[in-house]
Amino acid sequence: MRIGVLALQGDFAEHVQMLRQLKVEAIEVRLPAHLDGLDGLIMPGGESTTFAKLALRFGLIQPLQQFAASGKAMWGTCAGLIFMAKDVGRDQPTLGVMDITVKRNAFGRQVDSFITPLVIAGLDKGTYDAVFIRAPLIETVGDNVIVLSTLLDGTIVAARENNMLATSFHPELTRDLRLHAFFLTMCQHRQ
Amino acid sequence: MKSALHLLEICFILICSILWRIVKLAKICFTIIINKVKSKNIKKIMEHQMNKNNFQPNGTQDANTVVLKRGLAQMLKGGVIMDVVTPEQAKIAEDAGACSVMALERVPADIRKNGGVARMSDPSMIEGIIAITTVPVMAKCRIGHYVEARVLEALGVDYIDESEVLTPADEENHVDKRDFKVPFVCGARNLGEALRRINEGAAMIRSKGEAGTGDVVEAVRHARAILGEIRRVHAMNRAELFTYAKEIGAPYHLLEETAELGRLPVVLFAAGGIATPADAALMMEIGVDGVFVGSGIFKSGDPSKRARAIVEATTHFRDYKIIAEVSKNLGEPMVGINISSLPSDQKMAGRGW
Repeated sequence: MRIGVLALQGDFAEHVQMLRQLKVEAIEVRLPAHLDGLDGLIMPGGESTTFAKLALRFGLIQPLQQFAASGKAMWGTCAGLIFMAKDVGRDQPTLGVMDITVKRNAFGRQVDSFITPLVIAGLDKGTYDAVFIRAPLIETVGDNVIVLSTLLDGTIVAARENNMLATSFHPELTRDLRLHAFFLTMCQHRQ
Repeated sequence: MKSALHLLEICFILICSILWRIVKLAKICFTIIINKVKSKNIKKIMEHQMNKNNFQPNGTQDANTVVLKRGLAQMLKGGVIMDVVTPEQAKIAEDAGACSVMALERVPADIRKNGGVARMSDPSMIEGIIAITTVPVMAKCRIGHYVEARVLEALGVDYIDESEVLTPADEENHVDKRDFKVPFVCGARNLGEALRRINEGAAMIRSKGEAGTGDVVEAVRHARAILGEIRRVHAMNRAELFTYAKEIGAPYHLLEETAELGRLPVVLFAAGGIATPADAALMMEIGVDGVFVGSGIFKSGDPSKRARAIVEATTHFRDYKIIAEVSKNLGEPMVGINISSLPSDQKMAGRGW
């Protein structure tokens, strides 16, 4: 299996390393041509405004939308989640492939970043230690979106819509490979 | 014969029913244990989410705090952090694709020109920049100036640069950065200096370079020194590492960790003198994780265009056609000062210990 990681900016190298630990070929994606022959795509943490500028400049927006529409699996973590969302509450270009509204920097500034255990639907073997760094939250979800995890106060932090997965935290900053393995099963069962 | 068979039958039924009961009992025990584990999980989750902002500074950072502090720097990788002196410039930087901005009163080139004591910026200016941008905001405090750092933390700055560009406030000690919830970035010229800063709690390292000159030579020297030393220690055995730690004045445990990883345990950026898209790509090629651009952008002829070009060259640092394309017609670069013509008492990189 070949999985791409969007490498415009952010912690794409951490995702690549996780994928290699799972014995999967990982490809850095910077230009539309790099999407050829991929079975799935991860959009890493980073700055969503930077992703947007570079994706616009190098003609990636439409190819990425087509990638999602073709039913291939796509996963956004933190900034990647923002980049996939239909509505981010401000004038900022996104792919708009996932039917969710997102609030950026929802928990405050860096000093408000935190780590907490989560129960995530579909993951067994106990809780998952999730790293939230200047993280966004999912405010509302469309009819086809399944909520996979929330904080205790009901804040949605992980969701899935068909072939698309979104998490507002950073699995790539942990040593826990379960979510990456889960995503690989999504890549195998192309919708 | 018949009664014996009957007895056997009764025995069989008895054994079966006992076995069935045992299975049932085991099932009940199992659910009880599972529920216990689940409620324990929920208790753990409750405790965490209730106390998520309960940071207790005690000099020994807990593992989670280290992950969060270093983690934000990891989000900046592959990006460009730009010096800005006004909210308008911050907006231009964000629109150009900067992954973070450094709020300061004067860019290093002006600090050089004006002389005098360079201090932390006016808090109202930093607040203005925080209000207008959505990207992380960094700000500089003087080396060893504990209170300036506390003030910046109180303002909600996302990263503090304990910087040699400002006039040092303490000529022996750096700030004890472990004691803060906000992460710090520090400059370094070699591996020993980098590891001393990490030991004090720095969560990100940058080359010092020679800020405000527009001459990339010092940034290259420092990045090559750090990365070259890492390659050397990667091949050393323990006996050699003990001696090398002493030689370069590095804490042994961090040197050992670096040798094992084959890289610093934190993100490494280049800074000091980067002025063109090709400069940024050169630093990426040498092996840093991203770049700071100070005076190079807003001291040039067309800041917006140059900023965008540097961001694009940093992403595509191995695609020379793209670098050529983005480098066209950028207007006047910052004038720059040749390092070799700079008197040694005017060099900033020597500050910090």
